[in-house]
Amino acid sequence: MKFGVVVFPGSNCDHDCWYSTSHDLGHEAEFIWHDSTNLGNADAVILPGGFSYGDYLRCGAIAKFSPVMSAVKRFAADGGLVLGICNGFQILTEAGLLPGALVRNRDLKFICRQVELTTETTDSPFTNEATRGQHLHIPIAHGEGCYTADDHTLDQLEREDRVLFRYVDNPNGSMRNIAGILNERRNVMGMMPHPDRASHPLMGSTDGLIVWRSVVQALATVSK
Amino acid sequence: MTIPITPDLIATHQLTQAEYDKIVSLLGGREPTYTELGIFSVMWSEHCSYKSSRIHLKKLPTQSHRVLVGPGENAGIIDIGASPTGERYAIAFKIESHNHPSFIEPFQGAATGVGGILRDIFTMGARPLAVMDAIRFGRLDDPKTGARNRRILEGVVSGIAHYGNCFGVPTVGGECAFEDGYSGNPLVNVFALGVFRHDEIFFGRATGVGNPVIYVGAKTGRDGVHGATMASAEFTEEAKQKRPNVQVGDPFMEKLLLEACLEAMRTGAIVGIQDMGAAGLTCSTCEMGSRAGTGVEIDLMYVPQRETGMTPYEIMLSESQERMLLVAEKGREDEVFAVFKKWGLDAVTVGQVTGDGLLRVRNHGEVVAEISNRALADEAPLYNRPYTKPLSLAGDTPETLPTHLSPLATLLAILASADVCNKRWIWEQYDHMVRTNTTLGPGGDAAIIRIKETGTSIAMTLDGNGRYCALNPREGTKLLVAECCRNLSTVGALPVAATNNLNFGNPERPEIMAQLVESIEGMAEACTFFETPITGGNVSLYNETLGEGIYPTPVLGVVGLLGDIIPVTTAFKHVDRDIILLGGLGHPDMAQMGGTQYAKQIIKKMWGVPPALDMEYEKRVHSAIREIVREQLVESSHDCSDGGLAVALAECCFGGVGAKIEVDYSIEPELLLFHEGPSRILVSTRFSAQVQKIALFYGIEAPRIGSTIEGRLQVSNDSTVLIDCAIEDLRRPWDEALQTILHPEQHPHG
Repeated sequence: MKFGVVVFPGSNCDHDCWYSTSHDLGHEAEFIWHDSTNLGNADAVILPGGFSYGDYLRCGAIAKFSPVMSAVKRFAADGGLVLGICNGFQILTEAGLLPGALVRNRDLKFICRQVELTTETTDSPFTNEATRGQHLHIPIAHGEGCYTADDHTLDQLEREDRVLFRYVDNPNGSMRNIAGILNERRNVMGMMPHPDRASHPLMGSTDGLIVWRSVVQALATVSK
Repeated sequence: MTIPITPDLIATHQLTQAEYDKIVSLLGGREPTYTELGIFSVMWSEHCSYKSSRIHLKKLPTQSHRVLVGPGENAGIIDIGASPTGERYAIAFKIESHNHPSFIEPFQGAATGVGGILRDIFTMGARPLAVMDAIRFGRLDDPKTGARNRRILEGVVSGIAHYGNCFGVPTVGGECAFEDGYSGNPLVNVFALGVFRHDEIFFGRATGVGNPVIYVGAKTGRDGVHGATMASAEFTEEAKQKRPNVQVGDPFMEKLLLEACLEAMRTGAIVGIQDMGAAGLTCSTCEMGSRAGTGVEIDLMYVPQRETGMTPYEIMLSESQERMLLVAEKGREDEVFAVFKKWGLDAVTVGQVTGDGLLRVRNHGEVVAEISNRALADEAPLYNRPYTKPLSLAGDTPETLPTHLSPLATLLAILASADVCNKRWIWEQYDHMVRTNTTLGPGGDAAIIRIKETGTSIAMTLDGNGRYCALNPREGTKLLVAECCRNLSTVGALPVAATNNLNFGNPERPEIMAQLVESIEGMAEACTFFETPITGGNVSLYNETLGEGIYPTPVLGVVGLLGDIIPVTTAFKHVDRDIILLGGLGHPDMAQMGGTQYAKQIIKKMWGVPPALDMEYEKRVHSAIREIVREQLVESSHDCSDGGLAVALAECCFGGVGAKIEVDYSIEPELLLFHEGPSRILVSTRFSAQVQKIALFYGIEAPRIGSTIEGRLQVSNDSTVLIDCAIEDLRRPWDEALQTILHPEQHPHG
C-alpha cells in the first residue's frame, strides 16, 4: 500500500513520517505538495507535524485553506483514511474534519518528552493491531496540544467510542486526558503524540508502528 | 545629502584615529563616504574581524586527515566516512555566540542566534541535524539581580525553543551554568551540525566574472543596523536603548529558506552562496568577492525592502534575518528563481561578479561605495594587544573545611543547586527528537544522533568551565578539552574535531587579554594532544557591563565518531553488578578544591588552582573506555565532573538502581566525595575481569569500588558510613530544583 505524506510550507515531520512508513514499516510512501489538488494514488494520507505556514494566526488555521485540504476533505468524504499527527491534528480540527480544538498547554510551555498512552478503542483502522487498554510509549512535542471541547462533544466522543488514546499522566491539560480521537465515520483520526518518532528500536520505542500496521491491516481487509 | 565625516562620527563607529587613517590610505587617500565608513566599521569590528584575537588564534591546530574545510569558511567540515553504497559523507558544524543581543532582548536575541548558526550550516549545503546550546546567567536567587536573571533565562530558553522547534532541528544537548559575572553579561553560545555528501559542499565564493549576484529570502529592514559593532563594545547604562539593534527572527521563513536553498543547490546552477549574518549585505558581498579574488557590483534599488526610505547606509548594514546571497551561473538564473518561487520567497538579481576586485555599491546607478573587497575582508587591523598576568579571582585556600554539614546534607545541597540539578525544565521545551535521529538526547554525557545515510552515529558535547578558567585560564582550558573528549569517550565515541567559542571581557585590559592568550594557548596544546583540531568558531569579547566582566569562558563543542552500537547511558541498569571507577579515586588536595561545586555551593568561595591534569593519563583513560564500550562490557558509563564522585554516583542511581560503595582511602570525606579531579569514569559491569584487563593494558587504575543494589545510595570509607540515602530522596530535590527556583508557586509536574 502507499502512504501519502502532505508537505505544507513549515511541515517538519514530513520526512519523519515518510521515513517511518517507508523504511521502518516497509511500505511505499510519497510526499504530496500543499498546492496539489489531488492526492495521487495514496491509500492513506498523513498530515504530519510541524509548523504549517509558520502556525501564524493559530496552529493549522492557514493550512486549512490550502488547495490540498480540499482534496483531503474529498478523500475523507469518500471513506479514505486520514491521519493527523500533532500539527496535522490541529489542522484537522481547524478544517472541521475533527471536533474540538488544540489550545496552549496547561503550563504555557512547549513540551517534548516520551509519554505513556492507553489505547481506548481498537475498533478503528488506526488501532486494530493494538489490544484494548494497551499501554503505548510514543513521544509528544508541542506547545498547543491541550485538547479542548464542550462537554456535549466530549460525552459524544466517549459514548461513540471515538477516543483513540488517553494520556496516563496528562502532560498538557487535555480534557479527559484525551490524546487522540476519531471522526464519526471512524476514517479520520488526530493524535498529538508522534508515531513517526516511535518506529525504531534506536528511538527507544517501536509502539508507533502499531498505528501504521493497523492502517495496513484495515486497508488489506477492505480490499479483500 | 552628504554627511560630513567628523572625528565624532568616526568615534561613534568605534573606529580609532589610526584605523581611520588606514581606511583613507586603503581608499587611495580619499575620505570615505558615510556609507563606506559604515561598511568599514562593521567589517573591522571585533565581531567580524577578530582583530584582537586573530594573532593568537593562529596558534590553534586546524588540520587532520579528516578535516575537509578548516577555519575561514562559514563552518568547518570533516569527513565521516562512506555510506554502504560508497558515497562519502561529511558533517559541517560550528558554534556562534549571541551574547550581547540576548542581554538586551533575551527571546529574540537567542532565537536569532539559533537562526544565524543554522544558516552558517545550510549555506554550505548541509542539512542541519542537531543544535546544542551553552547558556550562562547570573544567579537566579540573587536578591538584587535574581528577578532579572530569571527573566533572561526564561526568555533565552523560549527563544531557542521557538526558533529550533519551528525550524525543525532537534536541540539535543548543551549546558547551563550560573555565576554572578554573567548577570549583566549572559552568554548564549549556539552550536549547530549538519550532514551532507562530499559532492554537495558549497562555498561562499563569488566566482565567474559576469555571473549574476542574487538576493534571496526575507526583505531588508532597519533591524540590526550596527549589531556587529554593538557586539564589540562594553555595555553601559544606555544598553537598553540598543534594543532596536537586535534583530527579529522568523523561523518559518528560515525553514522555507533552508528547503529552497538545498533544492536550488541541487539544480547545479549555483556557484557560490553565503548567508547574511553579522554585517548583512556588506559582509556577504565583500567576503564572497575576497575569497574568489573577484569584485562584486550591486545596485541597492533591487534589494527587496520592508520599509520605505532606507538609506544605502542602512541597507548595507541591516542585519535583517533569513537572507542569503548567492551567485548563479549566468544564463541559468531562471532555474534558481523557479525554486524560490515554489517556496514563496523573494529572489532577485541585485548585481554581478566583476573582475576588478572591488565592492561597488550603487543606489539607483549612483556609486555610494567603492572599496577593495580584500581591504574589507583581509586588511582589517590586526592587534597584538599588550597582556600581563591573567586577572586572578582566587581567594586564600582555607586551612580546614567546615564540618557543620554531613556528607549527605552536602550532597543534597549540591544536587539541588541550579548548576548541578536536572535541567529538564530547559530541555523539555526544546524539540530534541524531530528528524528521528536522536539516539541519546539531553541530560547525558554526550548527545548522539544517527546518520541514516551511513548507518553510523555522531556524538557531540558542549562544555565550558568558567570557574577553573578564572583560577587559571591555561590549565582550565586544558581541563575543558579533556572533559569534552572524556564525555565523548564515555559513550564510546572517538573525538575527532572541535569548534570553539571564546567568551571574554575587554581585551584592551592587559589582565583580560592575558586570560584570552593563556586560554588559547592551553586550548592549542590540549587540542593538539587530543587530536581534535579546531575547524572554526567564534570570539566574543567585551562581555562587560558597567566594568564588571565575566569569568574567562571558553566554550568547546567537540564531535566524535561512533559506529552503529546502541548508546551506553548514565544510569545503572541492574543490581548485583560491579562498579568500577576507571582512572581511580584521584589525588586531591585543598588547593585543588577551590574551583569545585563544593567550594561554590557549600563554602561559597573560590580559591587555589584547578584540579591537576595529566594529559597522557587522561588520554589512556579515553582509549580504555572506548574499547570497553565497543566490546559491550559495561551496562552504564558516566564521567565524574561537577560535584565529583558523589554527584556522579547519585546521577548513576537516578534510573532507580542504587549502589553500595566501600573504599579505604585515608582522606577527608569532602575531598573523597566532592573533588573534581579529571580522568575518572564510573562504569557498572558484569565483566569486571575483562574491564580491568583492558584498564591494565592502558596503564590506568580501575578499582572496583562497590556494587549496584536496590533503591539506595550507600557510601562508606574505611568502614565509616558517609552517605546512606534512598534514591528517591536524592532524586527529588535534584529533579525539582530548577522548577522550584523559577516558579516556586507551581507544583512541578511529571
